[in-house]
Amino acid sequence: MTLDDLHMGKSGVILTVGGEGALRRRLLDMGLTPKTHVFVRKVAPLGDPIEVCLRGYELTLRKDDARKIEVCPEEDAQ
Amino acid sequence: MIFALIGNQNCGKTTLFNQLTGSNQHVGNFPGVTVERKEGVIKKHPDMIVVDLPGIYSLSPYTSEEVVTRDFLLKDKPDGIINIVDATNIERNLYLSLQLMELNIPMVLALNMMDEVRANNGSIDIRQLSEELGVPCVPISASKNEGIHELIHKARDIAKEKIPPRRQDFCRGPVHKAIHALAHLIEDHAEAIGVPPRFAATKLVEGDEPTINALKINENEKDIIGHVVKEMETELGTDREAALADMRYEFIEGVCKKAVHKAEQTREQARSIKLDRILTHKIWSIPIFLGIMFTIFWLTFGVIGSTLSDWFAEGISWFTAVVDGWLTAGGVNATIHSLIIDGIFAGVGSVLSFLPIIVVLFFFLSLLEDSGYMARVAFIMDKLLRKIGLSGRSFVPMLIGFGCSVPAIMATRTLASERDRRMTILLTPFMSCSAKLPIYAVFTMAFFKENQAFVMIGLYVFGILMGILSGLLFKKTLFRGEPVPFVMELPAYRLPSAKNVTLHMWEKAKDFIKKAFTIIFIATLVIWFLQSFDFRFNLVSDSSTSMLAAIGRFLSPIFAPLGFADWRASTALITGLTAKEAVVSTFGVLFGVTQAELPAALGQIFTPLAALSFLAFTLLYTPCVAAINAARQELGSWKATAGLIVYQLVIAWIAAFAVYHIGLLFV
Repeated sequence: MTLDDLHMGKSGVILTVGGEGALRRRLLDMGLTPKTHVFVRKVAPLGDPIEVCLRGYELTLRKDDARKIEVCPEEDAQ
Repeated sequence: MIFALIGNQNCGKTTLFNQLTGSNQHVGNFPGVTVERKEGVIKKHPDMIVVDLPGIYSLSPYTSEEVVTRDFLLKDKPDGIINIVDATNIERNLYLSLQLMELNIPMVLALNMMDEVRANNGSIDIRQLSEELGVPCVPISASKNEGIHELIHKARDIAKEKIPPRRQDFCRGPVHKAIHALAHLIEDHAEAIGVPPRFAATKLVEGDEPTINALKINENEKDIIGHVVKEMETELGTDREAALADMRYEFIEGVCKKAVHKAEQTREQARSIKLDRILTHKIWSIPIFLGIMFTIFWLTFGVIGSTLSDWFAEGISWFTAVVDGWLTAGGVNATIHSLIIDGIFAGVGSVLSFLPIIVVLFFFLSLLEDSGYMARVAFIMDKLLRKIGLSGRSFVPMLIGFGCSVPAIMATRTLASERDRRMTILLTPFMSCSAKLPIYAVFTMAFFKENQAFVMIGLYVFGILMGILSGLLFKKTLFRGEPVPFVMELPAYRLPSAKNVTLHMWEKAKDFIKKAFTIIFIATLVIWFLQSFDFRFNLVSDSSTSMLAAIGRFLSPIFAPLGFADWRASTALITGLTAKEAVVSTFGVLFGVTQAELPAALGQIFTPLAALSFLAFTLLYTPCVAAINAARQELGSWKATAGLIVYQLVIAWIAAFAVYHIGLLFV
């Protein structure tokens, strides 16, 4: 599944980061690298973007961009 | 000695810069881009200059902020780097540090917010961290002014002794192999253009276009590079960019495991999450945001701003009266008298009346920015602005545009990407500013007495609509290509520091006053001159014989297709360039009537439909000189500004033409 499918309050582990160019580089630079744990904190009032917590900080990204990130839900990972 | 101050956004960089330099700062733009460049002399160290570079997360080649930083480091070759790192969020912050170390420039790491780490029972082993990273680390608290002395001395030492970072090898296995192979291969190329081979090699492995081009690599070498990278990718089972990001983060995780012991979540972070339960709440967040903005508007334009403006105006008119008295008593030449009173005093007065509004507005804006709330606004509002190719961050400047375009354009400086900044500057003037209100009031009174409110609201909506259309147009033309991705940190809420807020206000006020007394002042003088003289340079007694009136007559045919060919209309539009309020007063002067008689007088030269067309034109055409000047300052180019002016004139003409001719079908 991808990061945008992860429900509010759930966490997962990143498997791969897709996309290309500036977007992909930005995602990687912000620490969204494979094996990183992410927790979905919130969805914005208008339904998009989402707020996730990773590496001890809060990050917001759009659902379209989150769709490029493959995650494995935490329950399955353990 | 020149030092570059570099760090992520929200890591306290501005606070540290203010602590280092005090009010000793120069603010400008990097040439050709709207990226801010601030520099200042370090207090008590007149030989140490620090340049505040934009807040960035990486040295990738994708945003102008990152490119400007890279260019500065590689071409200007500062004597040292002060890399500020948020110790409460050390993992992601060190990611940039690793890239900086590859530049082989003497560097010191300022571990900021150490007080917060300690308050949360955390600790960072400074010696171990310095050892692992190979650069000296200094614990500081920029907001509490702790550790700054030591930081300055450390920075001075490493720069004086030219001690580069000791460690540049963070990699293992296949990445290591690839970087080293390429470093050997391109060593000569890199040295020829003065770039550290290690940095160049890493960038080649990453597939960084600017570096590949700058190094002038031949086809043969390109093949070898491709081969080396391919081999690395197969061995790792991942691509080049992910491989390097992964390598850096893996190294950082290792370092942090050894040297950093901190709470999973600091108290500040826990508090932020609680605050966000309300401030980014599904239902309440938007009303709260609108409430906050409304309060700021009310306080700025209603309570504080207007009181201060009134004081200002009173002071100025008192002073004007005094000087007027002297000039009359002294029997000074009428021309000089008019120059001083009608030209200089009126001009300066109208410009200074902006000042209280700017100062007050920027007081509130820096509170919003420094507290971390502005990032939440972007989070809440992003979806609305995405369609026109902007992100939620542009919402606040545009909203301020309804008050006054000048601070709105100045406020774009806090936007994180240059593309967004430029586009927001171009779109903000479409938000009808409060100075246009008197024009609407007089015209609706004269022509649409029954539907006054309806017409006024219609004008505002029309402006917004034209803004949206322009946004869509710009997205497809001027700003085609990939926008900077909206992947943004939501920093923990923090209490803004009084020092930062004051300095920010002072900086904006200084900026504005400086320009007010140059460009804006000259522009008002030119208008005065044209208004007061005829072509034989005689002082006119009847304003209809002035040069300005002649120019108005000359230009009036342009407006004939819009329904208002009278020279008084075009003349009023010209004076509207100094300040939009001047449109109404010019009509008064040209008709020779009082404010109360004005609606009736306007009826002589406008039909109701022509009045509507005139209002549409006023809404959309070029804003006042102060706003044009702010745009020029932020865009950093006269050419772009001229483009903006032409675009607005054309749009205004077309829109007014459409209003008039579509209207004719129904009348």
